Amino acid sequence: MLYINCPHCGMRSQNEFSYGGDASVKRPELNKEVSDQEWDNFVYNRKSLRGKHLELWQHISGCRQWIKVERDTATHEIFRTFKADEEVA
Amino acid sequence: MTQAFRIENGGLINRDKKLSFKFNGKTYFGYEGDTLASALLANGVHLVGRSFKYHRPRGFFGAGVDEPYAVVQLYRNGETEPNIKATEQELFDGLEAKSVNCWPSVNFDIGAINNFLKIFLPAGFYYKTFMWPKSFWYRIYEPFIRKAAGLGVASTKHDKERYEHKYEYCDLLIAGSGPSGLAGAYAAAKNGAKVILAEDKPRFGGSLLTSDVNIGNQSGKDWAEGIIAELKTMPNVVVKNRSQIFGYYDHNMLVMSEKVSDHLPSTKKYHPNKRLWYIRAKEVLISSGSIERPIVFGNNDTPGVMLSSAAKEYLKVYGVLVGRKPLVFTNNDSGYETAIEFKKHGVDPVVLDSRKNAESEIIDEAKNLGINIKNSFVVVAAQGYKKVKSADIASISDDKKQLGKIENIQCDCICVSGFWTPTIHLASQSGNKTKFKEEIDAFVPGQSKQNEITLGAANGVFSLDETLKTSFKAGSELSKKLTKKDNEIAIPNVVEKKSSQHDKFWCVPLPKGKNYKRFLDFQNDVAVSDVEIALREGYRSIEHVKRYTTLGMATDQGKTSNLNGLQLVSEIENKVVPAVGHTTFRPPYTPVSIGAIVGREVGKHSKPTRKSPMHLWHEKNNAVFVDAGVWLRPRYYKRGNENLFEGSKREAKNVRTNVGVCDVTTLGKIDIKGPDAAELLNRVYTNAWMKLPVGKARYGVMLREDGIVMDDGTTTRISENHYHMTTTTAQAANVLSHLEYYLQLVWPELNVNVVSTTEQWAGAAIAGPKSRDLLQKLFPNSDVSNEGLPFMGFMERDLFGVKARIFRISFSGELAYEVNVESDYGNFMWEKIIELGEEFNIQPYGTEALSTLRIEMGHVAGSELDGRTIPFDNALEGLVSKKKDFIGKRSLQRSAFIAQDRQRIVGVVPLDKQTSIPEGSHLVKDDKAPLPNPKLGHISASCWSVEYDNPFSLAILKDGKNMIGQKLFAMSPLKNKVIPVEIVSSHYVDPKGERVRS
Repeated sequence: MLYINCPHCGMRSQNEFSYGGDASVKRPELNKEVSDQEWDNFVYNRKSLRGKHLELWQHISGCRQWIKVERDTATHEIFRTFKADEEVA
Repeated sequence: MTQAFRIENGGLINRDKKLSFKFNGKTYFGYEGDTLASALLANGVHLVGRSFKYHRPRGFFGAGVDEPYAVVQLYRNGETEPNIKATEQELFDGLEAKSVNCWPSVNFDIGAINNFLKIFLPAGFYYKTFMWPKSFWYRIYEPFIRKAAGLGVASTKHDKERYEHKYEYCDLLIAGSGPSGLAGAYAAAKNGAKVILAEDKPRFGGSLLTSDVNIGNQSGKDWAEGIIAELKTMPNVVVKNRSQIFGYYDHNMLVMSEKVSDHLPSTKKYHPNKRLWYIRAKEVLISSGSIERPIVFGNNDTPGVMLSSAAKEYLKVYGVLVGRKPLVFTNNDSGYETAIEFKKHGVDPVVLDSRKNAESEIIDEAKNLGINIKNSFVVVAAQGYKKVKSADIASISDDKKQLGKIENIQCDCICVSGFWTPTIHLASQSGNKTKFKEEIDAFVPGQSKQNEITLGAANGVFSLDETLKTSFKAGSELSKKLTKKDNEIAIPNVVEKKSSQHDKFWCVPLPKGKNYKRFLDFQNDVAVSDVEIALREGYRSIEHVKRYTTLGMATDQGKTSNLNGLQLVSEIENKVVPAVGHTTFRPPYTPVSIGAIVGREVGKHSKPTRKSPMHLWHEKNNAVFVDAGVWLRPRYYKRGNENLFEGSKREAKNVRTNVGVCDVTTLGKIDIKGPDAAELLNRVYTNAWMKLPVGKARYGVMLREDGIVMDDGTTTRISENHYHMTTTTAQAANVLSHLEYYLQLVWPELNVNVVSTTEQWAGAAIAGPKSRDLLQKLFPNSDVSNEGLPFMGFMERDLFGVKARIFRISFSGELAYEVNVESDYGNFMWEKIIELGEEFNIQPYGTEALSTLRIEMGHVAGSELDGRTIPFDNALEGLVSKKKDFIGKRSLQRSAFIAQDRQRIVGVVPLDKQTSIPEGSHLVKDDKAPLPNPKLGHISASCWSVEYDNPFSLAILKDGKNMIGQKLFAMSPLKNKVIPVEIVSSHYVDPKGERVRS
């Protein structure tokens, strides 16, 4: 079970969180013309990376904040975690 | 029967407490502190079971967790449990156990005929033999295999025992209480670290219990006892015996199974049977020791052949002689230690050492005691069927290829030592890539992967002095990092005998003209010849060889067989062992009972049960409940002998004619506040929200980004910047997360807060033509007329002193209201409604009537919003704004979603107006068409229309828009029904929606 550093609450076990997918996906702005391809990329197309991956988790049984977690998908190592509005350098 | 093989004195058992137990129906005696295995051996019982495949007799091979043979069925306190190792099960008074894998008895087993058919049961025989004819599989092969396979019988009764889970955090977790574990624990504890020390056996000390060493002028055993006693007094230390750490998971999470009660005749009141510990450790010290490995020779599975360390343990810990004429077969000094113990107890062993010459302090001691030692000698084959009677032995050439003249010597047990295999399972599970250590012919942990360190024999270090030094040091350093304390510890002086180099010899060649079975895996009956076949047939990867032959796949997971298997493959393939590699170690290290894994989450405890504040009233009024997600909701209120159909029909009819009341507390409720609240609603719902006035409710539909309907419900504007959203019961949690996602990640600029208020409000839906009259009684001073509280209106009023929210919304399609009060007043509200509704013939109605009412109105619910439909499919396209953007809008332009013949909701009536259509039935054009009959749609919900008194269903039908009036067939192969039907509008009752506005 992963041990995730919630930027709001501290180290918590994985069973307090729910997974939310790729954090690098950006929703196209509202009211903007979007091509079929762009929309498909946003809704469906994901890379399923092996290695370092920035992903979303929600601390659902804790502070309910969505956070970003930089994790290795192969080794499960967690490098850094960020608040939702934090820039990932 | 007397305990003929128990020595007069010695051992760690309590001879003052005699225990009686039964094995295969026969009564025996043992002592407190025995295992079932040691007690049976004390009584001279060596035959405990039959092997898995050939049903060959099975005895005891080890004395602990590595035991491959002695798996029994245990009976305790009216329960039975399979797959119990006799070597681990502690004896208690009244214990009963039986052999497995044998029928009709362990002494005469019909399955043993397989032993003579073994030529037909080679590696991969399952794959080859039972392939044809196909029809034989279900009728003949499968039942036969089922009967023959398995290690005991699982109980089918409900388990009365209780199991607990515990979450724990510590600085240092130590797996194993041998010398390295004790030293590490002691040093870390002295530095103030929070330490958990786990030992799988009942006694602490590991190898110190049986080895002839001296630490700080005490025997190893006494030193261990002293350390444990001191650790137990320290508040920062948890010391646990009977506790097996069986898995090393991500981020230094380890799981331990503590056997709390298995050693007792029955579990004490308030105690669990087992406790599963989830331990998050900052640092882990793996001191799991090593397991002796066998040498392979002919008939090496005969009862009486066992590990030399096990023979020593039975003698030193339990005071039991495994034989009176022991033959020790060794390739290293460990065999001598066992021989010396025999000799000290007046038994004359013969030692066969595969080495030509070897010299060490241990060997000198054996020689001084006058033990008969034969160098360059091996056991060619054990003789005897149910028990070793003699051994064929021979000298062996220096290159280990040629056997000398075979002679037969009498013996009653053969104690084998093929050197030691470090127990690296936990280290490997942590992700540590193991490396092969040439000097010991075995794998040891490599670079640490998580915060783990492996020390002592588990790391391939067999010198006690070195183990203690490194472990004290590691304990100090690991704890110093965390506690910043550095207490100096005096490392005690160690006296141990030096060993000589072991012989890299593991398998005795077959003598000419002999075809002895030489077993590698003793539990799965995998012999040298099976691996040879697998390689001959082209299997190369060790993972494939393992699966084809089942080598190492039994419940002991190859603890004694893996390395010899690798040696064999490497020899045939002419590769070095590290090039062959080992198979993956996976948790659990040893079988864990399912009860321990499940813990308290059984039956009703497997999920929370949520009840509304009116639950007690429902119970008192004969409600029949149904699970709605985690909620319990009244399905109908039973009157007399009514069944569900009759009761729900009565309740629904009463709503259509008088007034009914339904508990709608379970609906999800979300409080939304902030200046941008309207903007948020406008973005998540498909329809327009910017102009909703205060005091008004609106129905809304929300989509996922892929255009599929996610949920529907009404949202009410309570005040300028305050909204009350309702969701379906099932989607409440998802909708909240959905809103939080957009507010926190996508549109953080919106100034809005959302919070779940589902449990803050109790809700009652009052529905029916007389509902306004009732509402007037409830709120006598309020104007609840059609003008005062119009359809989709909202007001806050006082309900006899209680603040209430009144919404004029309707799911039933009748004139209806929903009244909410704070949860604590829910029952007060409910009873008032019932009391004042009496004059209007009010009846409570349950979810079944609720469904009937919404189905015949064509209102959609979860069975239509099933994660596969878009607004159009549910006839909700009128609610999809063309002007503004919202979540999922872009997806609605997908070609499939705008197809002309897109599926759409319709009503379905059986032509005979009698036959109810099973939900899930498929709609087809031709009921006689050959399979696969093209499916046009499916029945999503069915009811008995109380308005028209005939069955009515909703369906999602291809090109539904143009199908009204068509005649189709509803087919349910599950219920074996074919029903001719007519397609009608989904709005079966009051299609213009006049009632809700009346």
